[in-house]
Formats: sequence, C-alpha cells, structure tokens
Amino acid sequence: MDKILRIDMGAKGGPQVKVEGLGEYAGLGGRAMTSSVVFKEVPPLCHPLGAENKLVIAPGLLSGSSASMSGRISVGCKSPLTGGIKEANSGGQGAQVLARLGYAAVILEGKPEGDDLYKVFINRDGVKVEKDNSLKMLPNYDLVDKMKGVYGDKITCISIGPAGEMKLGAASVAITDIEGRPTRHAGRGGVGAVMGSKGVKVIVLDDTGLKNREPKDAEKFRAANKKFVEGLTTHAVTGQALPAYGTNVLTNIINEAGGYPSYNFKDGQFAGASKISGETFADIETKRGGNATHPCHRGCVIRCSGTYVDKDGHFVSKQPEYETVWAHGGDCGIDDPDAIAQIDFLDDNIGLDTIEMGATIGVAMQAGLVKFGDAAAAIGLIKEVGKGTPLGKILGSGAAVTGKVFGVEKVPVVKNQALPAYDPRAIQGIGVTYATSPMGADHTAGYAIATNILKNGGWVDPLKPEGQVELSRNLQIATAAIDSTGMCLFIAFAILDQPETNQALINLLNAFYGWNLTGDDVTALGKKVLKMERDFNAKAGFTKEQDRLPRFFTTEKVGPHNITFQVKDAELDSVFNW
Amino acid sequence: MRSSIRCSTGEHATGGVPGHAPVPTIAATAPMHITVKLFATLRRGRFDREILDCPGSTKVLDIVTRLAIPEKQAAIIFINSRHGGLDTELHEGDTLALFPPVGGG
Repeated sequence: MDKILRIDMGAKGGPQVKVEGLGEYAGLGGRAMTSSVVFKEVPPLCHPLGAENKLVIAPGLLSGSSASMSGRISVGCKSPLTGGIKEANSGGQGAQVLARLGYAAVILEGKPEGDDLYKVFINRDGVKVEKDNSLKMLPNYDLVDKMKGVYGDKITCISIGPAGEMKLGAASVAITDIEGRPTRHAGRGGVGAVMGSKGVKVIVLDDTGLKNREPKDAEKFRAANKKFVEGLTTHAVTGQALPAYGTNVLTNIINEAGGYPSYNFKDGQFAGASKISGETFADIETKRGGNATHPCHRGCVIRCSGTYVDKDGHFVSKQPEYETVWAHGGDCGIDDPDAIAQIDFLDDNIGLDTIEMGATIGVAMQAGLVKFGDAAAAIGLIKEVGKGTPLGKILGSGAAVTGKVFGVEKVPVVKNQALPAYDPRAIQGIGVTYATSPMGADHTAGYAIATNILKNGGWVDPLKPEGQVELSRNLQIATAAIDSTGMCLFIAFAILDQPETNQALINLLNAFYGWNLTGDDVTALGKKVLKMERDFNAKAGFTKEQDRLPRFFTTEKVGPHNITFQVKDAELDSVFNW
Repeated sequence: MRSSIRCSTGEHATGGVPGHAPVPTIAATAPMHITVKLFATLRRGRFDREILDCPGSTKVLDIVTRLAIPEKQAAIIFINSRHGGLDTELHEGDTLALFPPVGGG
C-alpha cells in the first residue's frame, strides 16, 4: 500500500492514469486518507458534481493484512447531499483487495466532457480505463454479472447503479461481498453521484497472484491479532449477539426504550416492531434455509450479516441491516419482512442509500403521496427511482428535497442528510452526534446508543441532557480514528469494555508499521481528522447554525416518554472544544 | 386505581416501622401481575412474553432468578421503557423487558 492511483477523467484525449508515491499522505488510511485528500485538494466552494471535486477511495491502515476485521473501505468527497465533506464507509471485499494491490488510495479527478461511461480494471499488472457505454443504466447486480463474464469470477467490484449515473443525492457506491454480490454500500451522502459525475461506472479489482500485506514485525503482529480476536469472540456482543441476530437485534431494544422512530418520527414505538425484529429475521432465514450468520468480508470474526431467502429458498437480498429495516419498516409503518428484504435488494441494485431512501419515503407518506404502511406502494416508489422518472429523481434526491417539493414541515435531516434509526428525543446522546457530526445526521459518527441504551462503556441516561456532549465528543474522536484503521466499527463494542482488546488494536498497528503509537496518539489522530473535516465545512459555508436538529425535535414531544430534545445550543457548540 | 395499589404495595414492601415485621395487609401480599418480555438469546428455552404472578414485593432480580437467567445475561433491563437494575422494585402492572448484552447499528 505504498502508492496512490490518480485517474484524471477530464484529461484531454481521454482519461489519464497516474501512479505516484504516498508523499504527504504516508501513514494515513481510510477516513484519515479520504478526509486529508479532500481537505487539501478539493476547493470547499466547488460544486460537488463539478470537475474540481474528487472521489477518494481508500482502504484502512490494516486492510489487506491478516488482521481480523480490517476490511472496511472509505469513500470520500465533497458531498452533493450535504454540501460538506463526506466519508462513507463500507464492508465487502474492496478494502482487502485494493490494499493487496498496493493502493492506499484511488482518486478520481476531473470531469469528462460528454456522457461516455467508463470502466476501470486494476490488477497486479496495472490499470486500464476503457470506455464502455454498454454499461449505461445497468443495475448493480447485472453490472457485476457482466463484469464477471469479462474478467472472471474472482473479481471485486466497486460500482454505481442507475442512481449514481443520474447523480442523485441518495446514490451509493456498491462494493461486492464474499460471494461477489453488490450488497455492501458506501451509502451516505451521495458518494455514488460523485462517481457518476466522473463518468466511472465500475472499478474492477483483481488481486490474483497477490498475497496479504506483510507486517514489519510478524511475530508481534500474530500475537496482537490473536489477542484481538480473543477479545472479540469472548465479548458477549461481538461474540454472540451480533453473529446470531445481526445488527437488527436492535429493533426490539430501541423500540422497548421508546427511541424507535415510527411513522416519520411521529411515535417512539412501533406496534409492528416484533414482526421485523432481528429475532424474527433470524428465524425466517433459518427456517427457509438462508443464513443468519455470515461475514461481509474475509477475515471477519463477528459475522453480523446473513442471507435472506424467499419461501422457496431463493436469494432475495443479504440480511437487511437494522437501519434499513427501520427506514423501510417502522419509519414507514411497514412490518412485512419480505417486503423490506425486497426493498433492500432494490436499493442495492439501483445503488441507493437505504437510510436516505427509507426516510424519504417516510416523508412522502407524510405528504400523503402514498399511505403509511403500504409496502407495495413503497416498492413502487423505489422502482420509480430506478426508472429515473421525474418523481423517481425527486425521491432519489433524498428526504430534504422530497420534503421541499411536497411541502412537508417534518423532515428529519441534519445538513440535508436523513436521520437514522434512533429518535434523538428519547436518546439524547445520539442527537448530539446527529447535530454536530461533520457528516450530517449519522449514527456511526459517534454511536451514543452504545452507552445511552446498551450500557456499553458505561451508562449515560438517554432521557437527560447531562453528559451527552462529552459522550458524543469522545465517541466521535474514537470513531474517526477507528474509521482510519480499516477496522469495522463494531470492534468498538469490545474495545469500549475491554482495555486489553483496545491495546491489542494499537499493538496491531505498531507491529504492522513499526510504530510506537500510544492510546493518546490514536486519540490525537481522531481529533486531527475531525478538525480537518470541520475546517473544510467551515470553508464550504457551514456555521454553528447547521449543527442543529430540525426544529420539531425541540418543539414536539415524542411518546412514550413525552420528551423533546433537551441539549442546549451552546452545549452543542462545545462538542469540538477539546 | 392502579396507582393506589402501587402506592400501598410500595409502602409495605420497603418501609414499615423499624423493629416491627411488615404488617400483612391484603395490599402487601396481593399478587402483582408483571408483564415480562424476553429478547434474543434469553428466549431460548423460556418464552417471548408472559404475564407473571408475583408476590407483592418483587424486585427485578427475583424474576431473573425465577427464570434461571444468569445475572450477567440480564444485561439491559427496561421497566416501562426506562432503564432499571436488578435491585429495582416492581409494581403492579409493570412491563419488564430483559435483554442479554446486544449491539448493532
């Protein structure tokens, strides 16, 4: 991972490939890499779909090594959805394969004239960029099948569906999983639209003949990895609950806590929650011959994913994540697992962020476009997006645009990005993260649910404003660092509770790179990343007034706790004072 | 109606006159009905949801013990959608939800 690949899509005479050393980006990975490149190279006032924006794809620091859980990839740019900096993070095989190919980053630059579409093929021999207009408007699954036909079954694809080509605000970048299916997505912030604006439909990776990246100190690395894996497999969350039920184990608990936003954030509980819970999905998958425990990338020991099949045992989609089940389920008043799995597939195939699309349909339902609870109508709306009808393009532009077009007051977005699956009134810590993260409303940026609800890393009462700013601050710092390592964020459940597992992670980095990092250094890295991101946003025109939740969270109470968001504006403004 | 039962039960269960045995009133000994909801692995060999008859003075730990749930497995406890602990006193009509350690997101 000692080189950076730049592809100038706007070069005269066609795309120009340049491979260079790491230079000032040495020692960076994942989010630290993407945010550094965007911060240093992208003019904050540029149009996100213009030639000046860049799409940066970076494996984490430990990706491509034998370190368990190191398969996360970061996709960064100026976001067409938020207008600020964006890092969208995904599993799948992309990080491992790109890292083994030796690239610390792939940067798509410039903008082609005309509307030709390109594919990029990268293997050990080099990089080829070819025009291929036969790929136009292909959904992700068809696209990947076509690429397998050309390049063989062992490839990994990083691609956009029709949504990315149409440059919609909810467009994702898809990454293929172990089975070579485009099920993992850098979903948030419209990163797929930026890839579309560069005219790149797919990056095909083939690491045939390449081995894992070798650590500087193999013995110490092996020992650290052993300790790290032990910590993950013995912790009750990463060793038992996530493998058995996946992320959707949260439906019941968030619903029980009264923090499950249903009917477009009208209620804090949903009567149909148990029908779409992780327990129910796992039962269905097991009974029908699907799979409730499955890794999204090789080397994952948590295996929180799964395979959802229909009554006849045919593949429908990967096991939908909690956020997806909430967005397309409870938020829309839908309690049908089969419908939700079908929508999950449609989102993946069209190349859409499931959170943004679910929240958008919730807003459309609020507007009366279709009725809450009408699964068939919701499926119809997603198909509109895939077809690129005028209505589909409005919906595919996200909740904020849809709310404006249909005159809806209650639109759950921060910095134009839809809120995920936790009501910030009943879980106040996550509200601080939603409001202040440089990414817009994003639960992963500082997952206060862990400590507010799950009693992981201590407990801060979710119904009170006290302690939430400090909680969110510390989590945002830690997350920015973890997102730079290539590690799945779910390791946090174990490292928040077990200092020895946290130390094992630091030991992995030190043994791999020959560094002497301490815990304080890791914290400093997280702060550095956040500071760059905040600075970029400030130069892009963001002020503290954008670090706020939509007004209705402070004026409308939500049941069953009958509570509003209580954290004061001045406190929100202190999140980044460290 | 419900709150008056809750009130008298609570007084006798936790208070009473020091040095004296709690006065055995109907309210103190009257069985309570607690809706117990179990989730994830706690359901295995048990149930999803049941209404349990409990003595007038019952804490979360009493129910956890009665259901043979190891204390560590009752990691997240909600009583009427609010976090509680093993020591939390229950009242007539309460809903108790028990979760093992879980995470996701």
